[in-house]
Amino acid sequence: MTDEKPLIELERKIEGGDFQSAGDVSSELKRILQQIGFPPSFSRRVVIAAYEAEMNVVIHAWRGVFRAWIFPRYVHIEVDDEGPGIPDLELAFQEGYSTAPPHIREMGFGAGYGLSNMKKCSDRLEIDTRVGEGTKVTMDFFVRDV
Amino acid sequence: MTLREVKEILEADVLACEELLDREPKSACGSDLLSDVLAFTRENSLLLTGLTNPQVIRTAEMSDLIGIVFVRGKRPEPATIELAIMKKIPLLATRLPMYEACGRLYMRGLRGCSEVE
Repeated sequence: MTDEKPLIELERKIEGGDFQSAGDVSSELKRILQQIGFPPSFSRRVVIAAYEAEMNVVIHAWRGVFRAWIFPRYVHIEVDDEGPGIPDLELAFQEGYSTAPPHIREMGFGAGYGLSNMKKCSDRLEIDTRVGEGTKVTMDFFVRDV
Repeated sequence: MTLREVKEILEADVLACEELLDREPKSACGSDLLSDVLAFTRENSLLLTGLTNPQVIRTAEMSDLIGIVFVRGKRPEPATIELAIMKKIPLLATRLPMYEACGRLYMRGLRGCSEVE
């Protein structure tokens, strides 16, 4: 992150297993990005990556915290969860690989594209994971598509 | 093609946002995998799906989709419809199975997400 002062800082809790509220945080982020007036294609990739990260916490973790710092031409997101962690990160990035249980798959998730899609949508993705403790996802997005 | 034409072609019922049927999808995709929708659709697309849970609406919201068609007679739960109304995402429901619903729209010129710029 830069020393620049963000326009807006957002911090929200995410509960694991709470499918009723799943998506609320990303939805709020979308509204904020639209209000600021970011290009729609930029907002779209930020929001899709944020939603993938939010759903990962709801699906896999016990609880998490979503933080976003919104700058005039750049968005920084950190999603920090308490959860099982990711034992094999390389495998988790492989398209089609998923550990999601059957009831998640019935909802249409767990096809194994989450991490690779977050990588595709963001300009920088970092994952710090400790098995049995949790996972921290850090993403940066730069306005480049004007 | 407008959503109103989609409704006629698919002999569909409107479940939410009838006032927004003048919208014109630029492309469409048929999928029962929300992960695929998030990874491969274009903005302003129409989604045809057999999934009816509220996360379908969330996925449409995040992906800037223009409307949703539930296929093979599936009806969403009230929470899904409420969320769609809140997010201004029109919902249609057709008795046609997925393949036939997609085929009818494709024959009338509505392209797939990978075919449009």
